Amino acid sequence: MSSEPTTTSDHLSQRPSGLLGVMADWSSDQRSFKTASWRKAMMWIFLVSDTFIFSCFLISYMTVRISTTVDWPNPSEIFALELYGRKIPLILIAIMTFDLITSSGTMALAVNYAYARKRRPAAILLVATAVIGAAFVGMQAFEWSKLIHEGVRPWGNPFGAAQFGSSFFMITGFHGFHVSMGVIALLIIARNVWRGDYDSGRRTTYSHRAGDYEIVEVVGLYWHFVDLVWVFIFAFFYLW
Amino acid sequence: MTSTTKTDRVDATVVAHTEIARSHHAGAATPKAHAHGRQHPLKLYFTVWILLFVLSAGSYAVDYFNFHGYLRWTLIIAFMLMKAGLIVAVFMHMAWERLALVYAILLPPLAVLVFMGIMAIEGYYTNFSRLVFFASKS
Repeated sequence: MSSEPTTTSDHLSQRPSGLLGVMADWSSDQRSFKTASWRKAMMWIFLVSDTFIFSCFLISYMTVRISTTVDWPNPSEIFALELYGRKIPLILIAIMTFDLITSSGTMALAVNYAYARKRRPAAILLVATAVIGAAFVGMQAFEWSKLIHEGVRPWGNPFGAAQFGSSFFMITGFHGFHVSMGVIALLIIARNVWRGDYDSGRRTTYSHRAGDYEIVEVVGLYWHFVDLVWVFIFAFFYLW
Repeated sequence: MTSTTKTDRVDATVVAHTEIARSHHAGAATPKAHAHGRQHPLKLYFTVWILLFVLSAGSYAVDYFNFHGYLRWTLIIAFMLMKAGLIVAVFMHMAWERLALVYAILLPPLAVLVFMGIMAIEGYYTNFSRLVFFASKS
């Protein structure tokens, strides 16, 4: 049945706002998230759990970096690249950061066009987001192979504290895995949008209801989260 | 006879409900739907996009110009929090959600700060013991 109750018809105009609204929404045996559908709420809850996973990685990195008596390798030098005969510090990571922010922008526009039911620009922007994301993974692969070539291993490296390698491979590896999964999800959604699955209500992977483009926003939440995690990795692992 | 008319009426209500659902999902179809943060002017997205680029350039500049000590750490944290705030509020549409969701999502991660504090104390203690007992090895 397609008449699944939508949260948007929950007499929202009559509900209190502010802290009173928080109490009203969370009390009396009802669905608490009035503006978020079940899948948006579930994506958010998944993202909270993912936040905890990445927090644990970053906190263990902090712990080993504080506790080691050996000097921590200088990321500014390790991730420098020789460009035009000049050694530019951390340039590869800076490019990766700009790359990911660009993809976040195209994703936000894709969500906007999807809600406007402009299938063509929405699908093109989704594919663009996936391509830019894939470029990020490619640069990460380059970074990994460069470091492995220079002798960085999870159990030691020529630059300093042995824990540098394990933290690096664990944190960036997990993040790169997230980006890769996001690229696959984006391509699936882009195909569905292009084919018009969300207009016809055709039942395929990630589509079940006609006229509902919310899935684009939900996959967008995941994508922006991947960018968000990178903001923290960039600050704490590469810049600190 | 009565049963058929009843099912007819049920079908009619189902259709009506679907129509309501459709109109809500259509985005700008109703002013209410717009208020729920489904569609926003492109200008807003482009502004945030440019701001994110500027902030990223700022945090890269911290490394490029080799700032050190508290100035470096303060700038890194400041740029990081501003970027995170913009992404969550605008790109992830948190600014347009009801507070019930905002608090449910944003408050629990604050517990991480407590964990961070505990592990920082633990880390400094481990470092202290290593320096005291294994100093010759380092």
